[in-house]
Amino acid sequence: MNRNPAELAPEQQRYLSQFDSFSRRQSDRDPAWLTEKRQAAIRCFTRQGFPTTHDEAWRFTSLTPLTRTAFAHAGATDSRPSPVDLDSLPGANSSACRLVFLNGRFSPEHSSLGALPPGVRVQGAGQLLNGDTPSVRQALGLYAGNGEEVFAALNTAFLQDFALVHLPGNTVVEQPIHLHFHSGSEGDPVVSYPRCLVLAGANSQARVVESYSGAPDSLYFTNTVTELVAREGAVVEHYKLQQESLRAFHISTMQFQLGRSATVSSHSISLGGALVRNHVNAVLDGEGAEATLNGFSLTTGKQHVDNHTSIDHAKPHCNSFELYKGILDDRSSGVFNGRIIVRPHAQKTDSKQTNQNLLLSEEALVNTNPQLEIYADDVKCTHGATIGQLDSQAVFYLQSRGIDREAARQLLTFAFANDIASQIRIEPIRARLEKTLFHRLAEKGSKG
Amino acid sequence: MLKIEDLHVEVEGKPILKGVNLEVASGEVHAIMGPNGSGKSTLAQVLAGRESFEVTRGRVFYGDRDLLDMEPEERACEGVFMAFQYPVEIPGVSNVYFLKAAMNAIRKHRGEEELDAMEFMKVVREKIKLVNLDQSFISRSVNEGFSGGEKKRNEIFQMAVLDPILAILDETDSGLDIDALKTVADGVNALRRPDRAIVVITHYQRLLNYIVPDRVHVLSGGEIVKSGDKDLALELEARGYGWIEAQVAVTPAERHP
Ligand SMILES: Nc1ncnc2c1ncn2[C@@H]1O[C@H](COP(=O)(O)OP(=O)(O)OP(=O)(O)O)[C@@H](O)[C@H]1O
Ligand SMILES: [Mg+2]
Repeated sequence: MNRNPAELAPEQQRYLSQFDSFSRRQSDRDPAWLTEKRQAAIRCFTRQGFPTTHDEAWRFTSLTPLTRTAFAHAGATDSRPSPVDLDSLPGANSSACRLVFLNGRFSPEHSSLGALPPGVRVQGAGQLLNGDTPSVRQALGLYAGNGEEVFAALNTAFLQDFALVHLPGNTVVEQPIHLHFHSGSEGDPVVSYPRCLVLAGANSQARVVESYSGAPDSLYFTNTVTELVAREGAVVEHYKLQQESLRAFHISTMQFQLGRSATVSSHSISLGGALVRNHVNAVLDGEGAEATLNGFSLTTGKQHVDNHTSIDHAKPHCNSFELYKGILDDRSSGVFNGRIIVRPHAQKTDSKQTNQNLLLSEEALVNTNPQLEIYADDVKCTHGATIGQLDSQAVFYLQSRGIDREAARQLLTFAFANDIASQIRIEPIRARLEKTLFHRLAEKGSKG
Repeated sequence: MLKIEDLHVEVEGKPILKGVNLEVASGEVHAIMGPNGSGKSTLAQVLAGRESFEVTRGRVFYGDRDLLDMEPEERACEGVFMAFQYPVEIPGVSNVYFLKAAMNAIRKHRGEEELDAMEFMKVVREKIKLVNLDQSFISRSVNEGFSGGEKKRNEIFQMAVLDPILAILDETDSGLDIDALKTVADGVNALRRPDRAIVVITHYQRLLNYIVPDRVHVLSGGEIVKSGDKDLALELEARGYGWIEAQVAVTPAERHP
């Protein structure tokens, strides 16, 4: 380690001492390769510490409320989140394939596999780390959590149970695969480290839903990492539905790795959380790959949602479509930072980025920043960002046809989310989004 | 049915309408003509309830009700319809959803039951034929990507579905070819009934060949400076507005005795 532990900030010390007791406990159960991964990750965390608003990438998102809260490591205490009605979550019907994790730990009694095609593995456990699974072992932490992203590194350091979705080549899984993470505690605030690994073999197809929830009003910290590898010709839809408690901290890293002609679409929906930061990174690492990154956030009160996305066109002839939309009310705030990298030989890249924000109150605030780094010359890259209020002309138009003002405003707010919602092809997820939107707007309407 | 008395309107502090007087009785069709920027759309929008246009003086009666006291949606529910000169594009809201919401709001206001989906679609299919729009327009977003002519026809289509009592058409004929113009005129004429009234704002006489007005008014500089029968439109077409403006300028005493 480069730094003398005594020099470290107290908030960092806390995580380090949690790591010490965690690794001591795990050391004789876990294989050496895993211990090494964790050690490397914690070194990365120690070296870097938590970012501050002086770091360019965190300029608009202050972590102070997070770092000054003393979260206990949920994995150490086996604390369970307050009971939740898991049946109300998408994918609750018994025939569905659903893995449930409580505070990051796999909960077999809440999980079911449904009928999966032969060869498909959907597992949620730490034991398999011990099994003979070289492809998993290799992939885990290869794409995220091994570098500069301090939160992803922290997640790897505390890696324990994780959700694995493994599709052999040419398999098609029709039904959505739900991975649900429910967190929080009735006692002291806890931190948990959900983790997903999706390996989609060549020409396989699947839809994966990650959802996050917590007991209402519970204070906790979810630090999650997902790595998704789509091999040649694979088609994967990934949905992330984040509806944490309104006091929760949620930091996520999603890493999508696309091979030749692979198609990945990501739909990241942020509805909950007090302070939310999503890192969504796609690497187009094979010719003809196509990534769609969609994002939607709806914030009220003092919620803060920060989406940092990155699309790396590493190979020629790849397409990327990015659409991030935010609806911000009250004193909530949002950040969008969209980085597009086109590598020198990545000719014929076609990339389109759009960020649109709808402010429903005078006090809501958005920072949007496209970050284009284009090193090839024969490419098509467009980007655009808007921040605005509801179109008063449109409100009047609707009113002039008999629709009352409040209904007109709701209709237009709904319409703003429409192009995101209409691309969600899993009905319960879309319904959830629309319902939340509807409720929040109705609440606002009744407040006047 | 509609009675406008000494209406003064300011837009962003600038006086636009400077004492408009106009009376339209049931069963009548009135045409309002006038040069660009004279305040025709301002008048139409004020009648429909546009809030950013400030009425500083005057009154407007719709039947025996004070129109200016009503919210825009209430006016619509009570039968006022204004076809916009520049219809607004609303991405993400389908025409059919929009119309259904509008129609049901109006029916609710009248104490009628909401139409079920089947009945509603029947009305919609029937009316859209009337304006010669393809059925596919029903499911497209309101006015989004419509051509100028399609937008105008969409206004008439909405009018046909909502079946108003007082219709105000703001340059619905502009930019239409002759076939489309006839379509629009047919739509308007279909609405013509003894218990209805129609105000047509236009620059061109040619529409008035198809919708024959009872009265023609010239709005200039925020006032109605001349009124007459349908022949006035022909005269305006032949001579332009200059002669009226000149006439008005030399006879101020006559105007304000
Ligand atoms: N939103 C606005 N803000 C400021 N001024 C406006 C606004 N709308 C209209 N005006 C001004 O009010 C005046 C009257 O405009 P209006 O649109 O009513 O004219 P019009 O007679 O309909 O013209 P046209 O024949 O070109 O449609 C014009 O000088 C116009 O510039
Ligand atoms: Mg006009």
